[in-house]
Amino acid sequence: MSSNIGSMPLRYRVTIDRERCMECGRCIENCSYGVFRWDGDRILINSRNCTACHRCLAYCPRDAIMLEEHPCDYRSHPVWSRQVRESIYNQARTGKIILAGMGSVADLPIIFDHLMLDACQVTTPPTDPLREPVELRTYLGKKPSRLDFARKPNGDIEVSTELAPNLMLETPIMLGHMSYGAISLNAHLAMARAAKETGTYMGTGEGGLHPGLYPYQDRMIVQVASGRFGVNVDYLERGAAIELKLGQGAKPGIGGHLPGEKVSADVSRTRMIPEGSDAISPAPHHDVYGIEDLPQLVNSVKEATGWKKPVFAKIAAVNNNAENVAAIARSGVDAVAIDGFRGGTGAAPRVFRDHVGIPIEVAIATADRELRKQGLRNEVSLIACGSIRESADVVKAIALGADAVYIGTAALVAMGCRVCGNCYQGVCSWGIATQRPNLVARLDPDVASKQVANLIHAWTLEITELMGAAGINSIESLRGNRDRLRGYMLDEGLLEILDVKSVGA
Amino acid sequence: MTKLVTIDAKGVHYTPLNQQIRKAIEDGADEIVVDNVLGQRFIGNGLRGNAVIRVNGVAGGDLAMFMSGPTVVVHGNAEHAPGNTMDSGKVVIHGSAGDAVAHSMRGGKVFVRGDIGYRGGIHMKQYEAHRPILVVGGSAQAFLGEYMAGGLLLVLALDGAMKAREIGSGIHGGEIVIRGNVDEACLAAGAKKLPLTDEDRARIAPVIREFADDFGLDPEPLVNADYTRIVPASARPFAGKYTWE
Repeated sequence: MSSNIGSMPLRYRVTIDRERCMECGRCIENCSYGVFRWDGDRILINSRNCTACHRCLAYCPRDAIMLEEHPCDYRSHPVWSRQVRESIYNQARTGKIILAGMGSVADLPIIFDHLMLDACQVTTPPTDPLREPVELRTYLGKKPSRLDFARKPNGDIEVSTELAPNLMLETPIMLGHMSYGAISLNAHLAMARAAKETGTYMGTGEGGLHPGLYPYQDRMIVQVASGRFGVNVDYLERGAAIELKLGQGAKPGIGGHLPGEKVSADVSRTRMIPEGSDAISPAPHHDVYGIEDLPQLVNSVKEATGWKKPVFAKIAAVNNNAENVAAIARSGVDAVAIDGFRGGTGAAPRVFRDHVGIPIEVAIATADRELRKQGLRNEVSLIACGSIRESADVVKAIALGADAVYIGTAALVAMGCRVCGNCYQGVCSWGIATQRPNLVARLDPDVASKQVANLIHAWTLEITELMGAAGINSIESLRGNRDRLRGYMLDEGLLEILDVKSVGA
Repeated sequence: MTKLVTIDAKGVHYTPLNQQIRKAIEDGADEIVVDNVLGQRFIGNGLRGNAVIRVNGVAGGDLAMFMSGPTVVVHGNAEHAPGNTMDSGKVVIHGSAGDAVAHSMRGGKVFVRGDIGYRGGIHMKQYEAHRPILVVGGSAQAFLGEYMAGGLLLVLALDGAMKAREIGSGIHGGEIVIRGNVDEACLAAGAKKLPLTDEDRARIAPVIREFADDFGLDPEPLVNADYTRIVPASARPFAGKYTWE
C-alpha cells in the first residue's frame, strides 16, 4: 500500500571494517534476514533487513562487523518517543494490529531489582554449602493438610494418609512451555536432554509432543491449551504431569495463532492439524466458561490418566490474581503457574505485551498470601514465570512464596538467542524460533543441551551459595520467607502488597 | 461370543464407576451396560479399544472425552461437551445434549437424536484420516461450528426449524450442512453459504443413512432433502489482522 510517510530511519546500521574483512562470505551464509549479499567479490550490506540477531558478528572470523542501534536520531521528545512515532507510521500505513516478539519492552521498574537478599553476619553465622548440605530438592503438587500414621504388627510406623502424586525436582528451576512450532525440534530436544540431566522438567507448550521427545517423556509436562493441539489420551499418558494453559503473561486474555507458514509437515503431525493451516488457540477453553467449569476439565484429565499425574494450571498475572489462584486451588489442580507481564512469547500484539497484566513479583506474593489466608496453601504448589533472568530472581521469587520457577527466554539465550524479538518472522538465524531445516540444523541439540544444563547447574550453585550465606539449609525454609528480603526504593503501598520490609527495617 | 458386563451406577460416584467400566474393558468385555446413570461425568473418558458401552440414564459432562475407539450409546440425555477432544469411536445419544458438543473433536462420530446447546462442534478439526462427524437430529443453538477447523457438522432439523444464529464464527476448515434454507443473517463473520452439490450429497448420504439406522428413521427423504452448506470464507481468517513491529 502506498503512503506519503516514506521510509523509516534505519533501526540498525551494519558496517564492515573493510581492512579487517577477508571476504570469506560467512556473514552472507549466516544471515537469514538477507542483510548481506555478493556484488562480484565485494560484500554489500542492506542494513534495513537487520534484526540485530548478531549471527553475523558471532560467526565473523575477523571481528570485522559492527552494528549500531538507532543510528539516526529523531528530535528527542519525552512524550512522542521513537517507538510511539514509529507505531503510528506503521498503523497509519497498514491499519492493523502490531505484532511483536519476545517479552515486554516497556521501560517500567523491575521489582526484583529493588529487592535485596539477606545474609548472616555475627549474630547468626552463615553456613558453608561445601561443608553442610543445602537441600534444593522440591516437590510440586498437593501436600496433605494432616498426616495419619498406623503401626504395623512389627512395630514400624507408616503413613496411612493417601498422598497425591507430586513431581520431584532436584532444583527449583524448570524449563517453561514453548511449543514445537513456535520453536524448533532441536531446541526442544536440547531442553529435554538438559531437563533429564539436571533432574528437572520441561514444558511441551501447546504444540503436542514430537516422537523424537518420547525418550524424555518422563521429564515432560504436557500442555493442554484451548486449541487442544496434539492432545489425545496417548499424549496425556506420556507426560510426567499435565498443564492446562489458561493464560499467558505476554498476552493475557487473548489466544494465539500459529500462522500456517510455520505448520510444516512435522509440526502438522505433532499438532495433528493439516499442513499449512493456521493453528488457532481461542482465548478461553470453550469447555471452561467460568470457574465452576474448571474442576470438570481438571477431573476429566485426571480420570483419563487414572489420577496418577499432577495437573497444573497456568494463568497470566492480572489484577484479581489472588482470587483467580484461590479459585483454581479449589478446582483440584495440583500446581498453579503464574506468568507475569514480562513473560516471553513468539508473537503477541504489542499493545498486550507492553500494557496488560501485573508483575510476577506481586502476583506470586499476593497468591501465596491469599492461599495461606484461605488455608489452601497446601492444595497447590506455585510456579513463578515470566522474566526469571538469573539465580537471584529464583531466590527472590521463592522468598515471595513460589515453590519453583519456569524459565523460557533465559533457556533460549543459553542456546544462543540474542533476544532480537523477531521470532514471529520464522527465520531465526540461531535455529531456535524457526522450522526451516537449514536453519534448524544450525542448532546442535547435544551442544545446546549442555549449555542449557550448564545454566541450570550454575544457577543451582549460586542459589546454594545465596542460601548458605543466609544460613538457610533447605528450600522449604526459604519459601515464602519474606523476612530474608528487603525492599530498596519501593513505595510503602508496594511493600505492603509484597509483605516485605524496607531496607534498614 | 460377546462378553457382556452390567454395572449398576445407582448412587456411585463417577470415579469408582469409571474404574469399574475400565476394569470391565481390561477384563475383555465387549459390551458394558451401565444402568441407573444419573449425571455421572466422564463416562468412556480416555478409553481405548472397541467395546460398546450402553448408558441407561442421563450421562454427565465430558462423556467420551479423549476417547479413542469405543462406542458409547446413551439412552437418555447427555450433559456438557460429549465427545470433547475425542480421537475416534462413536457416541450415540438418543436424547438431547448440552453445550459444546464435540468440542475440539478430532475424529470419530457423535450422533445426537434430539437438540444440542450452544457452541456445538466448536473447534472440531481434522487431520489426515481423522475426520470428525457431528450429526444433530433436532436443532442447535447459537455459535454452531465456531472456530471449526475440519470435519462435518450436519443438522437435520427433524423437529422444526433450526434455532442457531452466529453460525460458523471464525470457521477456517470443514463444513456445516443444515437441512433446509438458512438465512444469511444467521451466519457469522467468516462463514459463507454454498449450495449443496450432487458430489456433496453423495458424501453426506452414507452419514445420513448411518444416523437414520441408529435411530430407526427412514433415510431416503433425508438423503434427498434440501440442504444449505456453510463453509469458511477463508482458510486464514486472521491472516490479514496483523502487521509486524
